[in-house]
This record gives sequence, C-alpha cells and structure tokens, in this order.
Amino acid sequence: MMRRTMAAAVLAAGAVLGAAAQSNPEAEIAKYREALAAGNPAELWEARGEALWKQKRGPKAASLEACDLGKGAGVVNGAYAELPRYFADADRVMDLETRLVHCMVALQGLRFEDATKRPFGAGTNRSDFESLAAWITAESRGVTMNVALSHPKEREAYQLGEKMFYFRGGPHDFACATCHAENSKRIRLQDLPNLTEKAGAQLAYTTWPAYRVSQGELRTFQWRLNDCYRQQRFPDLKFASDASIALTAFLARNANGATFNAPAIKR
Amino acid sequence: MKPTNLTAVLAGIAAIAAGCASMSDQEASQKALQLMKASFNERGQAKLERLDQDETQKLCSKPPAQELAKEAAARIEKQNLASIRYPADGKLIGDWKSGERIAQNGQGMQFNDDPKRPSGANCYACHQLSKAEISYGTIGPSLYNFGKLRGTSEPIQRYTYGKVYNSQAFTACSNMPRFGHNGILTEQQIKDVTALLLDPDSPVNK
Repeated sequence: MMRRTMAAAVLAAGAVLGAAAQSNPEAEIAKYREALAAGNPAELWEARGEALWKQKRGPKAASLEACDLGKGAGVVNGAYAELPRYFADADRVMDLETRLVHCMVALQGLRFEDATKRPFGAGTNRSDFESLAAWITAESRGVTMNVALSHPKEREAYQLGEKMFYFRGGPHDFACATCHAENSKRIRLQDLPNLTEKAGAQLAYTTWPAYRVSQGELRTFQWRLNDCYRQQRFPDLKFASDASIALTAFLARNANGATFNAPAIKR
Repeated sequence: MKPTNLTAVLAGIAAIAAGCASMSDQEASQKALQLMKASFNERGQAKLERLDQDETQKLCSKPPAQELAKEAAARIEKQNLASIRYPADGKLIGDWKSGERIAQNGQGMQFNDDPKRPSGANCYACHQLSKAEISYGTIGPSLYNFGKLRGTSEPIQRYTYGKVYNSQAFTACSNMPRFGHNGILTEQQIKDVTALLLDPDSPVNK
C-alpha cells in the first residue's frame, strides 16, 4: 500500500519535473525531492533493523543488544554521529558496518565470510546491514555530528582518507575530487556536493543512508563509496575494508557540527 | 655550528615533532596506496593495476591548495602531447551522428560493463553540447557552438582531435579523461566526437 502511494507521488513529481524542467531544473528538482520526502520507505528497513538487532542469531544464539557501538554495550542512541572511531577491543578504527560485522563474529559466533555475504541488497534478497544501518542511524537523527580524532589511529585514518579522496587512477584518471571539489557543479542534472568544504560535506554526509527511489533500496555509506568507485572505473571496494573506513572517517569528520538527518530519500 | 647545519638540525627536530602527530606527506601517500591495494578486489575488467598511477596521475593527486609547480605542469603537458597519435589517413572529422551517440553513452570500463562493447565518452555528463539536450553537467565548460566559434581550419581540427585524445597535453591536471591515450575510445570514435564538435551540420553548431 505504502509502495503504491509512493509510486503515485513519484509519478506526480516526475510529471511536474518534466513539464517545467526546461525553465529551471534545480528548482524543479528541489520540488521533486520535497514531494518524495512525504513518505520515506526507509521506515520499512528501520523496522526490520530493530527486529534484527534484538533477534537471537548465529551459533551462539545471541542478539546484538550487547554490541558496543562506541558509547557502551547496547547504546544505540547517538552512536552513529560519533563513527568511525577507534575500538580498543579490535585495535582498529571502525565505521558502523565494520563494527556490526565485528559484533556478529564476537557475539553471535558467525564467521566473517558468512556475516559479510550480502553487504548490499537486491530486491527480495535484503541485506541485514542495510536494515540494521537504517535503524541505528535513525537513532542518531537530530544528533550533532561529532567524530573525534583523539586516538592516533583515528588521525591516521583521516589522513589516509584525505589522500584517497585526491587519488587519481584508473583508465579515466578519476578521483573523488574530480566531481566533489568545486561548488555548484552538476553531473547531468544531478547536483554534486563539494566535499572539501564544510557546508557540502555536512549536507552530503548527514543524508546517508538513504532510500534510493531509482533502485527501490535503502543504501548505506559503504554502498555509496563502493558505487562511486565503480563509476570511477576502480576495482571493487571491499566491504568493511580499511580503505573504506579511512575515506568514511575523512568525510564524517568534515561533517562535524552538522545535525544528522538520515535515513534520507534520494532520487 | 655553521648556519646551514643549524637549519638542518632544526628541520630534523621539526620533522620528528611532526612525525609524532602525523606522517609526512610522502609517507601518507605510500601508506594510502598500500591501504587501497589491500582494500579493493579485482572484478571483471577492473584489475588492481588500475591503482598503479603514471606520473601524470601522481602529480595530479594533490589537494587544490597545494599548487602544482610550473615545471611539473610543463612536464605533464609535454609528456602527454608526445603521446597523441593522429590518424594515419590524415582525416580527423568523422560522423557527427555517431559522435552524438558516443557523447550520450556513459557505459564502458566499469567493473560491471561488458568489455566487448565499445565505451562511450559521456561528454554530456560534464558539458553542454547541443541545445536540444538539457540534461547536461557543468564540471567542464559549455561546448555549445564549439565549431561555429572556432571554424574548421586544420589547426583547430588537430587541436580538437588532440584534446579528446589527451586533454592533459593542453591543460595539466585537467579533470577530463584522456580518451585516446588510455584506450577508452577508438580512433574512429574520436573522429566522430571531433565531428560532433566541428561539423557545421552538427547540432552543437546550430
């Protein structure tokens, strides 16, 4: 039912967009986004994520409720706004998805390979990470982004993430900075945030995860980075890899001070 | 102690102090590359060697605040200019209709693309070209009326073909891919894109 209402809203918004796009594409796209925000299907992922968090699973038949996301075992509220961060028990900087893998292995007894089989969902094959991330990040909605660089490994992750951001490679010579280092640029009609400036980094980072209308999926920040690199013509960024965490640390820290506002809805 | 020695000692102390807080820039670059090599999987046609940078890519991987030295910029342009291969038949203008299709096509060389199919150039992702296509990006300048403004003299043809073949021959660290140099487009495809830009019948010049 909700899906059908959504589809109608999208079609109506699309008609508005088509009729007037020639006059002022940006303003029409803003209207389109407003029309979409009225009913965000991300709520479906959030509900599933909360149930998954509390469900006893794995060889140890344990829930994730004892998982420490950085603010103490089981504390979910506000946790995402402080990630990535250093975790002494793993001696590693971790983002949300990597920490969830850690807890699935440590608490539920899953093998790493089994836990990470489906990082991104497709249709009825839902990803547990997308559901868990939807719920956990929703618990930080309204919280001020506050990624500390107090541990040396956090500072190192930030510095390496910055290097990655400007790293040009592949047959197209693309870096993240190719599309995301200047103000008011578009690719086709899509606005590109300038991630090297506070305002752009804040707007972008605080609106992921997001329900992607064009895909019918809830996508996490790990997915966002993986798909950017696909379009950059790089190889496949490994889920929960140190490079993915370093780049996330760089972008999350640059968003400090902003109010977290996801799961959002995007085209 | 001679002043030069003193300077060296002070520089050494500064380096050690900086080292406690963070790595040197060069160390960070090396470490980031190691990190990336361990964090990507080869998939389809996208092999790990895509992370091996040539000198141009290396020099162009700096934040905008770190200005590129004049000599480095000149070296990049010289090296890339030398890489341009002009067609043996001397003909630089192909079919603008095919060029328009290439300009619209964003496929090619992604790990999920079929390597047997020809790549597009995706010009519209970053440039305005024809007036009819309103879905264009703004990372690069508008190319509307590119040929009308410049004419179709031989030097303009050679510049246009060369720019598509290797953009960095003319602007060091340009954001634009080096379509010929990196084997993204074939010689015929570059001729067709050149036609889209220069042919008086092309919608770009209407």
